[in-house]
Amino acid sequence: MRVSLFITCFNDTLFPGTGRATVELLERLGHSVDFPLEQTCCGQMHFNTGYQREAIPLVRRFVEVFGDAEVVVAPSASCVGMVREFYPRLAELSGDQALIDAVAALTPKVYELTEFLVYKLGIEDVGAYYPHRVTYHPTCHSLRVLHVGDAPLRLLRKVRGIDLVTLPDAEQCCGFGGTFAVKNADTSMAMLGDKLRSVRETKAEVCVAADNSCLMHIGGALHRERAGVRTVHIVEILASTEG
Amino acid sequence: MSEAREAILARIRSALHDVPPSEQPQDSPVKRDYLTQGSTERAQLIERFTDRLVDYKAKVRHVSAEELAAAIAQSCAEHGVKRLVVPSDLPQSWWPSDVEILVDRDFSLSYDELDRSDGVLTACAIGVAQTGTIILDSGEAQGRRAISLVPDYHLCVVRADQIVDLVPEAVSNLRSAVLDHRRPITFISGPSATSDIELNRVEGVHGPRTLEVLIVVS
Amino acid sequence: MRPNSVVIELTPKFEKAAKQALENTQLRRNMGKATQTIRAKRAAVVGELPDWQALREAGRAIKERTLRHLDHYLLQLEESVKRAGGHVHWARDASEANRIITNIVRVHQAREVIKIKSLTTDEIRLNKALKEAGITATETDLAELIIQLAGEHSSHILVPAIHKNRSEIRELFMRTLGVKELSDNPKDLAAAARAYLRHKFLTTPVAISGANFAIAESGTIGIVESEGNGRMCLTLPKVLISVMGIEKILPTWQDLEVFLQLLPRSSTGERMNPYTSFWTGVTRDDGPQEFHLVLLDNGRSQVLADEIGRQTLNCIRCSACLNICPVYERTGGHAYGSVYPGPIGAILTPQLVGVEHASSLPYASSLCGACYEVCPVKINIPEVLVHLRAKVVREKQDHGGLKGKLDPENLAMQAMSRMFSNRVAYEAAQRMGQKGQWPMVKDGYITSLPGLLGGWTAMRDLQALPQETFRDWWRKRKKQEEKASE
Repeated sequence: MRVSLFITCFNDTLFPGTGRATVELLERLGHSVDFPLEQTCCGQMHFNTGYQREAIPLVRRFVEVFGDAEVVVAPSASCVGMVREFYPRLAELSGDQALIDAVAALTPKVYELTEFLVYKLGIEDVGAYYPHRVTYHPTCHSLRVLHVGDAPLRLLRKVRGIDLVTLPDAEQCCGFGGTFAVKNADTSMAMLGDKLRSVRETKAEVCVAADNSCLMHIGGALHRERAGVRTVHIVEILASTEG
Repeated sequence: MSEAREAILARIRSALHDVPPSEQPQDSPVKRDYLTQGSTERAQLIERFTDRLVDYKAKVRHVSAEELAAAIAQSCAEHGVKRLVVPSDLPQSWWPSDVEILVDRDFSLSYDELDRSDGVLTACAIGVAQTGTIILDSGEAQGRRAISLVPDYHLCVVRADQIVDLVPEAVSNLRSAVLDHRRPITFISGPSATSDIELNRVEGVHGPRTLEVLIVVS
Repeated sequence: MRPNSVVIELTPKFEKAAKQALENTQLRRNMGKATQTIRAKRAAVVGELPDWQALREAGRAIKERTLRHLDHYLLQLEESVKRAGGHVHWARDASEANRIITNIVRVHQAREVIKIKSLTTDEIRLNKALKEAGITATETDLAELIIQLAGEHSSHILVPAIHKNRSEIRELFMRTLGVKELSDNPKDLAAAARAYLRHKFLTTPVAISGANFAIAESGTIGIVESEGNGRMCLTLPKVLISVMGIEKILPTWQDLEVFLQLLPRSSTGERMNPYTSFWTGVTRDDGPQEFHLVLLDNGRSQVLADEIGRQTLNCIRCSACLNICPVYERTGGHAYGSVYPGPIGAILTPQLVGVEHASSLPYASSLCGACYEVCPVKINIPEVLVHLRAKVVREKQDHGGLKGKLDPENLAMQAMSRMFSNRVAYEAAQRMGQKGQWPMVKDGYITSLPGLLGGWTAMRDLQALPQETFRDWWRKRKKQEEKASE
């Protein structure tokens, strides 16, 4: 399959390793990867903060960049959630019928990486090897916007060498929430504090998730605490092999 | 008053600018593909009804029709009931002996008399197995609402054939009592309770603190 | 005119009030324990029903039908109630409703009324209005009584005293009810309330209630409760006054088969609450012989006018969204500054009073979506939150004057929208970030940021921007591939 990679601006700038791992994994599984350089940002931050008018040009741009793709895959549940669940709303707000139609045609082809592997390709064992104690945090947008279900866990369970431990109260929000982490920094921290406690309880050395945004939030605090736990995007585990 | 009425109706009509004037209420679709009819067998139904009553701290006993009068007398004795309120159309054969019977003839009992009684004995309209609920519809042998409320002990007789499985069956059976007769309806699920302190349920507040149910099985 | 009565305290903003609440360790403990208990109970009884999703969908659809034809159903309800011997009053706002109710109480020369817990009467601040008219209103629901005795505001729509634990309640009862000896066992606390209210139930001539349901076709009103205080108020007094928001209506008796399943399981986590009462107008020889129904608008018709916000009126006040909300669990209800706290309050309050008066509430959420998942009438709360945020922003941009336009967040968002619309500008910004960050980076992390972003580094380190973006790497790789194939 020819996969168009939607890297997301966040990963492009802050977590290029996640992008490299995605390319590596998809190619290892026998797919060709294309990366349209004109892509920038999906507009999620604008939309969620209330800047809908400012998000519409980014919808238009996304549709122009990815319109002809066979399939679009991104290593970010929240950005895919934005495109698949909220682009139709923004397109409607624009009042532009051509954009409404283009969005309707494109959105069913856009996948988050783990759901693409498990539900679209039907793969669970990607041949990975990762000899570490790992706990998985299901991010809100993967769980309740995209409904990826246990796809990430099914992939992780097939990783060789992994010591996968259950995170207590896993489905509780970590408190990131985009601009919420800044606007309501105190409440965000109170939520984060409980998430950190759960992570530490597992005695894992790695906390994994399908969104680098939540991981940056959790990981930033773990680093501040010198907790001895690092955060890793799931694709980086799936791309790891023996030797 | 009518000025406010017209103003509110006008606000609502202008707020519903997106609803086509030709649209009728039934044009707005309601899919009712939830369960409306239970499929549980009678014996199991009685068992489930009993379990759920007990779960919400009601006392339950199964008795035959022949045993009923004796069972009522026994329950009253166990609870130290000396003055028992009954609706005027309750079968006299149910009246326990050795207990003063306060008949609510022509709804004459005062609130104070009800308050000074030790308990009340009624029949009911419906039992709901799914939720362990007893429903009074002010029908036969149930009396007015106050008599099953003020006394601290409610002894309620449910015939096995009055038990339905699901809430929708009960709601459907009450239709005529509400629409044709405008009778008050009371759903009772266990004794009075509160979850207001730390969201923990504790039984016994203003309504009867003890609910006992006699299920008459054949 | 905007119904400001729904708001208890317009300032401080949510984030400021939340910060204060978060400091209260007793509150944090009480709230955490209570919400976790109720969440588990709800999940268990919802799990018992194989048709839960079908019930939710039916509940949503019935509410949508009702709201789309609200004028029709209100008129039908009015006619049914009158036919059954009741009186119907219409109130545009809080003061009109309070005037109507006060007048009814005065006609009966009552100096005292008993009340069933009712959010609607909290919203219109009825107790205050009655007090000003020389009428004492006694709350009979245990939690409402606790709040009334403590002189506090409610912090939860179902359990107003959720922020108090048993020993705090014991102390309050000993102080205010004149009880000499009392344990902190909830059973004993409930018994103290029973003893205190018993005489009032038997002697007070007028009762005031809200309404959980009003059936248009029959004029039947329904009240769902646990303690029996509701039955007392609905049965023993001579006169009953019920106040309901105009959205509380259901078209038919049959519709209750859905809502009597959705409501108890979602609110107290019970298969059925202990008592549910239905009455239709006035019944001879049974219950109050005079019945008044007050239909209240107070901003609801404004909510109805917003096609996305309209679903807010589906709400049956179950409080499942409060109990599941990670923000509410930690801040408690008072931080929302409204009679309606939690996720539903964050969307209802700004719509009732206008977003310009409650602009921080739509942001009081991480958009985690847990509230939508548990809502028994499928109110898409995150969708409405984002919709209201857009209204807040538009208000700032279009009516905020120069201050609104020069708002740092607005300027940043405008600039970023332009930057993301142009690849060259985007890549230039990436390079600028890489270069500009160095004064702040230490050992690969930024530990302190200025201005708006300072909230981030207060507790979290920020990983420094790597020197090579993904696209840099991709370009390099492509070049190498091309070279190799030459």
